[in-house]
Parts: sequence; structure tokens; C-alpha cells
Amino acid sequence: MTDTQNNETIAALVEPFDSTVVSERAYASSNSSYFMISIPRDEWVPFAESAKAIGFDTFSDLFAIDHFTDAPRYEVVLNLVSMRPVERIVVSTRVPYDDPVVPTLTNVFQGANFYEREAYDMMGIDFPGHPDLTRILMPDDWVGHPLRKDYDIGAIPVEFKLGSTGE
Amino acid sequence: MSDVTEDTVDEVSDDAASQSVEESRRTRHSIWVSGTEERMPFAEATDEGAQELLPRDEDPALEIQRGIAVDDDYVIPEHVDDSERQIINMGPQHPSTHGVLRLQLELEGEMVRRVKPIIGYLHTGMEKTAETLNYSQGSTNVTRMDYLSPFANELAYSLTVEQLLGIGVPPRASAIRVLMVELNRVASHLLSSATMGMDVGALSMMIYGWREREICLDFFEKVTGLRMNHNYIRPGGVAAELPDGWEDDVTSLIERVNEGVDEYEELLNENPIWLDRTLGVGVLIPDEVKQYGVTGPVARASGVDWDLRKETPYCGYEKYEFDVPLGKHGDAFDRYKVRIDEIRESLRIASQIIETIPLGDYRNVDPKVTPPPRARIDESMEALIHHFKLFTQGVVVPPGEAFQAVEGPRGELGCHIVSKGGSRPWRMRWRAPSFAAVQALPPMMTDSMVADVIAALASTDPVLGDVDR
Repeated sequence: MTDTQNNETIAALVEPFDSTVVSERAYASSNSSYFMISIPRDEWVPFAESAKAIGFDTFSDLFAIDHFTDAPRYEVVLNLVSMRPVERIVVSTRVPYDDPVVPTLTNVFQGANFYEREAYDMMGIDFPGHPDLTRILMPDDWVGHPLRKDYDIGAIPVEFKLGSTGE
Repeated sequence: MSDVTEDTVDEVSDDAASQSVEESRRTRHSIWVSGTEERMPFAEATDEGAQELLPRDEDPALEIQRGIAVDDDYVIPEHVDDSERQIINMGPQHPSTHGVLRLQLELEGEMVRRVKPIIGYLHTGMEKTAETLNYSQGSTNVTRMDYLSPFANELAYSLTVEQLLGIGVPPRASAIRVLMVELNRVASHLLSSATMGMDVGALSMMIYGWREREICLDFFEKVTGLRMNHNYIRPGGVAAELPDGWEDDVTSLIERVNEGVDEYEELLNENPIWLDRTLGVGVLIPDEVKQYGVTGPVARASGVDWDLRKETPYCGYEKYEFDVPLGKHGDAFDRYKVRIDEIRESLRIASQIIETIPLGDYRNVDPKVTPPPRARIDESMEALIHHFKLFTQGVVVPPGEAFQAVEGPRGELGCHIVSKGGSRPWRMRWRAPSFAAVQALPPMMTDSMVADVIAALASTDPVLGDVDR
């Protein structure tokens, strides 16, 4: 696939959606590139559906970023692959601190299930409509969301036989 | 047993004595139930923990656990009375779960009706740790994620950092990287075939696989000083030049591993027990592969032609001649066969590297990224300053966001770094191939026999360090 054809695919994808920002990035040590697309939250599911319809039917990744000081605070990132033509899009949307809610994609991509659970577990993003939004990596009774920037790294005092715990 | 106990207690008919006997027996024969202070008799205490499998009519994720969320041709179970169903836990300490994976299986006799993978037992917060380490220290951290393919982890990390920095690496560094990653793929697939043989009952395969893998690890040790967790591929290049005589080592490695692989195929390809255990087991159809984001040999065994080395070549993969083996049926046997063929292709790439490797630097000479050689520090003030800055502050990366994926032994291994400037990543996300593979276990395993669960799991080759990070 040539670059112009790829650009046409992306142009056809983002055409129906307003306020979409697209930038093309090149991989390191490679001649290939991928696209980063940022969309508003209310277009999240429709965008994923039309991306799937246009050929981006392989689910690759979904996760959340905590921007902490920059409002809106959280960012949810979706990574989709089109196998033919070979193309990758990294779609992101920002959500505010007091309303960290993104509609679920499990009805579009079954694979979003574990990834949304992980984003909920690690960053506290709520995905209404998810079939089983429970913690996945941390224990069920864990308090807090570890990858948030205001969550301390923490340490467990280790008791050495010949040492002190520093207390 | 409990009846006998009560009888004995009644015969003694002394309150204090019976209490102590009762108490001591209970202490020995009862276990704690998580979340309660009560002790439960042994037989009743089959607690499933907090992630319990809910009753069917209450379970919101029923379709996913039954593997029928994606349309396929599985047998839909007929109505069976609930009393015939039982739930058992496989893992987290089961030897064939390749680490600490826990599978909740709902069984109907010997048929598996529902599967719920439960993960997180090996979660060590590496993505959080990565935010506290600078870019020079980062590769030490990421190499420990998927501990069977450390070079692939390091490569994905280094390429992402290089993308953020906007630097390239010399051609020789790229060739060394490809050599190490391909030999790592060989080692990983050898281990995978060995453990799959072990799980299915071909114990000689286990010993053979380990034997050939040892040759690869010996070479890694010679190059990097370590058998695992090398921290060899770093942002800007590789840590050291290949040792003298490496061509001979690799040539002999290729020869011996190729001989070994021929031996495996002779042992297993026509073996009726092996075929019975693997043919048609753990089938994944291409639509499921795409929906669940499964990549690597598992996807290619289902006939999904997706290999990042061919689709978006990096590190000069386009210069090497190799084929991408594809399966047709998507079952455990095809996955084994795809891995065996990939070992041969990787060795083919390695032999091409011996012939075509260019001369030159093994790392980028940008002083802001690479520490100066020791001798330069004595001669140049600039070199001393750069050395000091690199080892105290680390590499300073401009703000930005970058994603890069490499084809690891288990599939698409992606690294996504968000930088806000400075020498530490703001957020580092790993797209782990095993995570997606574990998620795709329910469609693979439902409506099959319990014994096939083990064969299917072994054929997906998940590494729990990669799943939980």
C-alpha cells in the first residue's frame, strides 16, 4: 500500500466525525507509519464501529493514561489494526477527573473485555455496559487504582533478621 | 470420617475431653475460608475466592465465559440439570498452567462448559515501576516482563524510546538486534514445544527441547553475560559488540538446533498419541483471533497472515529472506507445527546475518544518548560531562507519545510511552501478547474435554510474567 492510499483510508474513516485530530507518526528504524487520532468521548463507540466496518477489525490494545495536572485528566487509548491494507490507528479520548466514564467497546470488540477491566482496575475508569467490570490484576478487595499519579508507590517494611525496619 | 469422629466422641462422653479431641481434629481437618473468621469443615470449604463463578442466571459475562460471544460452530450444550455441574479450579499452582494462571472450569462430567481465566497472581506493577526509572534503567525493568523473550521486550522498548528521541541506530546495531531477537525466538519456541510435550505426556520432548534451548542460552551468556534478563538491547543500539568468534558459535548453533528440530518432527509428527492429543483441540477461528487481538503463532496457526516483521518491517527485516508459516485449522497441532517451522525460519535469518552483517558502530554515537567510551573521559571535558549527566540524570526525552510494536515469540509485543519531557517516562504501557491469548482461552476451551484444556493451554504458550506485568 502506498502512503496516499493509506491516507485515503484514514480520510474516509474520520470524514463523518467532527473535531477529530489526526497525526501521522513514523516508526523508529522502519519505513512504516501509524496514525494517532483524538476524538471526543461521545463519538467513542460510533467511531470504533465505523473503524471496524472500514477494515480496522483487529483489536490490539486499550488502556488509560493519567495526565494528572492537565485537564481533562484521563485519557483512554484504543489501538486498532487493519490487516489489509496494513494500517494501525491509535485512537484516544480525554475524560475529566470527576466523570471518568467511557462507554464500553465490548459490544464492538469482544477483546475489549479484559482490557477495560484492566483500565478500570489500574486507573479507575468506569465503562458502563461492560458485562463484568471487576478488578483483574489487583485483588478484589484492593482500595485505590495503582496507576493513578496520586497513588503512592508505597513500600512494605521488610524485617531482616539482623536489621531494623527503620522505625 | 466425620461420622467416625462423632462416634468416638460420644463414647468418651466427657465434655472437656471430647471438646479437646474435637478441637484438635478440627484444627487438623479444617481450612480457612477467605474473608470469614469461621472455620469450615474440609468437605464444605471448596471456596472459589472473591472471583467466584456466579450462578448461570446471574452471570453477566456468561457469553464470554462460554466462548459463544463470537459466532462459530461450537456445539451448544443441551439442557443438563444443575446438579450435574461442578466447578473446579485449575491452578494457580497447577504445573501445566505455566506459572500462576487460575482457570475456573464448570464441568459436566468430563466436558468443560464454562471457563473463566483469573489472572493477576504475578502482578508486580512493572508499568508503575517504569514511571520511576529513567530511560537508561528502563530496559532493565522491561526485560523481566516476558522472561522467555527478554530481547524482544528490550527491542520494543528501545525502538519506542528511539522514536521519541528521533534517532536511528547504525546498521550493524540493527543487525545484531535482529540476530539476538531471532535466536531468542528459537529459544522461546524450543521451550514452548518442550513444555507442550511435557503437558501432553511426551516427556522425551521436554528433555530434547531444553537440551537445544541450552545451546541458545549459552550463546546469550557469551554475548551478554547473562542467560536471561540481559539488558543488552538499549536505546541507541546494543550494550556491547559481539564476542570474537561469534560467527562460528552461531553456525554451530544453527546446525545443532536444526538437527534437534528434525528429531522432534520425527518423534512427534506421526506419533498417534501426539496427534490424538493435539488434532482438533483448542480451535480458534480467524474471527475470534481478530476480535480478541490474538497474535503471533496462535493467530498464524488459525490462518491469519499477520507477522509484523513482514507487514511493518523494522530493524531491516525487509532485507532478509524468510517465510511466514501459516496453519489451516487453528488447533493445537497447527500451533506446534507453526512454531517448529518458525524456528527454521529464524535460523535462516540468523545464517543470513552472519553473511551480510555490516561493519561499523554497534551503537549510536549521539553523546546525549550513548555514554562515551571510558578512554574519552580522560581526554575530553565534554565526554566527562556527558558521562556524568547520563548516569545521574539519564537520557532526556522530549515530550511526546509513541507506540511501537515488534513481533515477539508470542505475538505482537507493543510498547506505548507517553513522555512529558525529562528523563523518566510519564506512562509506559505494554501491549502484551499473552494477555490477549489468555483472554481467548474460553472460546478455545469450552465444550471440550478437561484433558484438552491442558493441551490447548500449552499450545497457546502464555507467559504469566507477560500477562500480569
